[in-house]
Amino acid sequence: MMEEPKEPPKAAEGGETPKPAAEGSKAAAPPGKPAAASPKPPAPAGGAAVPPAKPAAPPAKPPAPAAKAPVKPEPWSSPLLDELQKRFPGAIREAVIFRKMPSLTVSKESLLALGQFLKSDEGGAYTLLTDETAVDYPKREKRFDVIYHVYSFQRNDRLRLKVLVGEGEKVPSVTGIWPTSNWLEREVFDMFGVVYEGHPDLKRILLPDEWTGHPLRKDYDILRQDDAWVEANLNIKSGQ
Amino acid sequence: MPVTLEKIPGQEERVILNMGPQHPSTHGVLRLVLELEGETVVRSLYDIGYLHTGFEKSFEAKTYTQCITLTDRMDYLAPLSNNLGFCLATEKLLELEIPPTAQWIRVLLTELTRIQSHLVWLGSHAIDLGAMSVFLYCFREREILETIFENVAGQRMMTSYFRVGGLAVEPPLGWLKPVEKFVREFPDHLREYEDLLTKNPIWLERTVGVGKVSAEDAVAIGLSGPSLRGSGVKWDIRKNQPYSSYEKFEFDVPTRSEGDVYARYLVRLEEMRQSLRIVRQAIDGMPEGRVRANAPHIVMPDREEMKTSIEGLIYHFKLVTEGFHPPIGEVYQAIESPRGELGFYMVSDGSPKPFRCHVRAPSFANLQSLGKMIEGRLIADVVACIGSIDIILGEVDR
Repeated sequence: MMEEPKEPPKAAEGGETPKPAAEGSKAAAPPGKPAAASPKPPAPAGGAAVPPAKPAAPPAKPPAPAAKAPVKPEPWSSPLLDELQKRFPGAIREAVIFRKMPSLTVSKESLLALGQFLKSDEGGAYTLLTDETAVDYPKREKRFDVIYHVYSFQRNDRLRLKVLVGEGEKVPSVTGIWPTSNWLEREVFDMFGVVYEGHPDLKRILLPDEWTGHPLRKDYDILRQDDAWVEANLNIKSGQ
Repeated sequence: MPVTLEKIPGQEERVILNMGPQHPSTHGVLRLVLELEGETVVRSLYDIGYLHTGFEKSFEAKTYTQCITLTDRMDYLAPLSNNLGFCLATEKLLELEIPPTAQWIRVLLTELTRIQSHLVWLGSHAIDLGAMSVFLYCFREREILETIFENVAGQRMMTSYFRVGGLAVEPPLGWLKPVEKFVREFPDHLREYEDLLTKNPIWLERTVGVGKVSAEDAVAIGLSGPSLRGSGVKWDIRKNQPYSSYEKFEFDVPTRSEGDVYARYLVRLEEMRQSLRIVRQAIDGMPEGRVRANAPHIVMPDREEMKTSIEGLIYHFKLVTEGFHPPIGEVYQAIESPRGELGFYMVSDGSPKPFRCHVRAPSFANLQSLGKMIEGRLIADVVACIGSIDIILGEVDR
């Protein structure tokens, strides 16, 4: 029993040669993939000639999705955007539209004023904050995108606001504008460690208060957990 | 240490009461801490997260197709609504058109899901308030629906039946027969529940005027779905921002202006009737045709095609080993789940796995309103209020 687990490390230690070989034979995917990909271009011609018409139908379609070039978000223009730019000069860093959903990247300083305006009747009455969350881009200088999705009953319209935040930077809390963000901001704080300024009760919401680490950050491994907490509270030793 | 409320100096005679997480009326593992003055709730505190399973982290480690199985487990009473939300968000990202047959079947099944979910809600809500028999009747009808789901998807609860690009498999022949039978018989059953509850003096005593939320408060706190419509806001995503060809179906959006537990009860009952209307239209107008989009780089080929054509084999191999690559971008797709706005915010970096997928869970937002409903009311009303917002803790904690 003791020898068995010893053997695999030894093989790995022995040299790099057996490892890639084993990997290749195990999956068979890497060598197969290029081989499978290369006959793809000639396939439509050959495929259409030999078998009946049935398989010819699918290959006819792929060029259509491939031809869909406008993958990139396009710049957004609307009366609302003009109004916002007039009232808050320099506040909007970027305004794009992608899949019919406009998205505004807003400077952190003007978030509250802008939000207040959007909520007012003049600004389109975006009274419902449906969602607030964050995205972690660890390679960026300002690693977090804090995302707000607002909805206007009056205009039946959704709008996305985005604030770029660096590690340790504070974001103004929008609880004063949209009270529903109370729990949503706590969740973002819990999962990403984004700190909100002016939040009435900023503490963890889903994880225990004493937990260390923020699981939805990209550098938090999916298998990681707060071993010390788990051992102290659940009596489960790490790796058990 | 679990969180708790601290006693206010000078108010030591008030009782701090712990309710849950193991409490039958909390519909899962919700923990409340209540400060009581006699029997009146003065302050309340919510402790959630007992069911946190890290779905959003898991999404990032799975391909889009694999993620669908996870969505079932969030709102386990409406798995098909969750499947639909996820698939629609991905399809939006891919700009994929779905064949009408698939859209129709999706609508039909999600409406049956709505009825099923409301039945569980009605049964458990009634049993919370002491009406035992309603629970039994509701589960009798729910069983029929579960059998229909099993017949179609192979699973009673964790259906995972929708796929990006359509449905997993074609439904079996004659699957509409039991649905037709259900549609014929269900109005009588609905009348049966109403006979038991709607004019029942005990039921009225427990629900009328309890847990009031005004329309402004409801919007501010982020309520959605039947709970919002119970406060008089006529907003239904199926009507206002239709998806999956809901615009082709005729139905009404029931609202009540009272904003109490009774109003939310009436709205949900009426919603079941409207869902039935949609199901009936879906059966009548069910188009013929494929149930999967013709997009071989995204949708799995038929078994037959995989075995007989080289393209089928290659696509099958690529999709199974690698998955499909949506374009870089971010989308937000909301659907009207039985509980309210279920939103999927998805960020793609072009790889076969979502870079980030956030779920806007209706139960999470709705639960926040509970404080407004119960503070200043009797402790017995807490149970009625929890029942009336119809939360699913699997979705709250994700």
